Amino acid sequence: MLKKLSAALTAGLLASVLAACGGGGETSASGGGDAGSGKITLGFSQVGSESGWRAANTKSIKDSAATAGIDLKFSDAQQKQENQIASIRSYIQQKVDVIAFSPVVVTGWDAVLKEAQAAKIPVILTDRAVDSDASLYATFIGSDFVKEGEEVGKWALEEFKSASGPVNIVQLEGTVGSAPAIDRKKGFESIIAANPNMKVIASQSGDFTRAKGKEVMQALLQANPKIDLLFAHNDDMGLGAIEAIKAAGLKPGADIKIATIDAVKDGMTALAANEINFIAECSPLLGEQLMELTKKAAAGETLEKRIVTKETTFTPQQAAEVLSTRQY
Amino acid sequence: MKALTKHRLFWPAAILVVMLLANVIVTPTFFRIELKNGHLYGSLIDIMLYGAPLILIALGMTMVIATGGIDLSVGATVAISGALACSIIAEQPDQEAVGGVLTAVAFALGLSLVLGLWNGLLVARIGIQPIVATLILMVAGRGVAQLITDGQIITINSEPYELIGGGYLFGFPFAVLVVAVVVAGTAVLIRRTALGLLLEAVGGNAEASRLVGIRARRLLVLAYVFCAFCAGIAGLMISSNIRAADGNNAGLWIELDAILAVVIGGTSLMGGRFSLAGTVLGALIIQTLSTTIYTTGVPPQVTLVFKALVVTAVCLIQSPAFRAKVFRRRRPTGPASPAPAEAEVAA
Repeated sequence: MLKKLSAALTAGLLASVLAACGGGGETSASGGGDAGSGKITLGFSQVGSESGWRAANTKSIKDSAATAGIDLKFSDAQQKQENQIASIRSYIQQKVDVIAFSPVVVTGWDAVLKEAQAAKIPVILTDRAVDSDASLYATFIGSDFVKEGEEVGKWALEEFKSASGPVNIVQLEGTVGSAPAIDRKKGFESIIAANPNMKVIASQSGDFTRAKGKEVMQALLQANPKIDLLFAHNDDMGLGAIEAIKAAGLKPGADIKIATIDAVKDGMTALAANEINFIAECSPLLGEQLMELTKKAAAGETLEKRIVTKETTFTPQQAAEVLSTRQY
Repeated sequence: MKALTKHRLFWPAAILVVMLLANVIVTPTFFRIELKNGHLYGSLIDIMLYGAPLILIALGMTMVIATGGIDLSVGATVAISGALACSIIAEQPDQEAVGGVLTAVAFALGLSLVLGLWNGLLVARIGIQPIVATLILMVAGRGVAQLITDGQIITINSEPYELIGGGYLFGFPFAVLVVAVVVAGTAVLIRRTALGLLLEAVGGNAEASRLVGIRARRLLVLAYVFCAFCAGIAGLMISSNIRAADGNNAGLWIELDAILAVVIGGTSLMGGRFSLAGTVLGALIIQTLSTTIYTTGVPPQVTLVFKALVVTAVCLIQSPAFRAKVFRRRRPTGPASPAPAEAEVAA
């Protein structure tokens, strides 16, 4: 009996594991290369599908390619550099017109970028940077994390400009050592330095997650009786912190002002409900811009080395207006 | 006094007390517990509330480690359990319905039991080494959780579900009450029946225990099922506390914290003797350490180094050999060396 059960279990779990892996493979609209159709072919290697943000990013790229009439070959690297290098190599062999990818890590891209260059295929980096020489790729399109931090800083300066006493700020940082965490902190702190009243009294990492955001905020609330402003490096940590603030018997958005970055749907919902006061967008919707760049690169134009994604900021009123049409 | 310091729980308890006192020095209000919105509120309550999932998982881990095994898959089980419960509730027409929440909880815990059974069968029936057998689920499990949540964070609004990990019953955090019940139930089952003795026998020498007529395999499977069950409850707590299921991050690396808690509590990784109270103390030490880092403002960049130093110190203090050396150096004229029997008792 037990033997049969264990066999069934093995089969069941294996099936689910295989299904989990199956989401990855390459999907391609048409089989061969760009044989005479006149259509531009773009080979895109995505990092993986780790978050709602990333899912929106993938959807934006796929939809924009269809609208722009670009033949998209899409692969998912499942957070592994070797997968990404393998798919870029296969794009080179298929002689696509342009290659784009969102690098898993910063280092180790020189060899494959040189191969692409030797095959005269322009490469566009999306969303994340690499440490290779800038001559090896055509352009890098993505968010400017420093600017996002600065936007929050500017809003905070304006919000607390009439404050007479000191303004106690608590910061929930992203994963230690990650580019968004470093840059957002730098941008924010450089702007608020203009007002000596504004002081970051505690700054801890919440690992970009809700659970950690709540746990850290709860501890910070115990240690710091007076907090005026919370700056969370992403919406999720902010949403966790809101729960902690409520548990402390305070009103998020009123007793403690909250500013975050990202503008995912859950964050925007909280913003519209006045539980968050300000969100600087970090948009995953770079598909349209990417397709324009693809066309230019395929036509042999020289591109600017750094292109910033079109991004904006939201107040509660603006959030309430766009909430129903928010894609992610 | 000497008898006290020789008690196997003396050092973990002493470390916890020292940590709490260190917090009071930095934050004078640390021990203050007040009533806010009809429930208890304070740092000590926070430590228990956020330590609750870890205590549960470490409790299950203790059973597995007592048999000489190890379960690396508890973090994945946490993610799967939370993901399944939240996705079931999210599909309900009325998320506030108690019946729907109970269904979700039942399914999540049921699946956890199945996962535990899978681990147990791999170890006990097929004979794969525990670290390898559970590694399979540790790696694959997050994929399963992602599959359930479709790679998204599932947010729910359900008061009854929120009770499990973030709610209060008679002013007490519900999660802490759940842990108290599970710990008490386990202690009674383990120490008032022969079950604990049998587990220790299997961990001490599986072959010998089989020869004296103990059904070692069945006990092994039971230990892994219990461990997964605890992880399942912890998964419900963690997702309930933030009203969302995060397949990527829920319970990430919690297996390592749980193993550490068990070891700090004085249970040997070789199997055999184990201490439930020690494990609870160990988990509380780890959670207190995290809280200490947040409240005292250790910079995030050095947090891990700070943790490592404290854990190293904790392990050294608990080592009889280390204590004997330090003891000897301080009083070179004292008795030549502590009797080996003494070291054995302290271990």
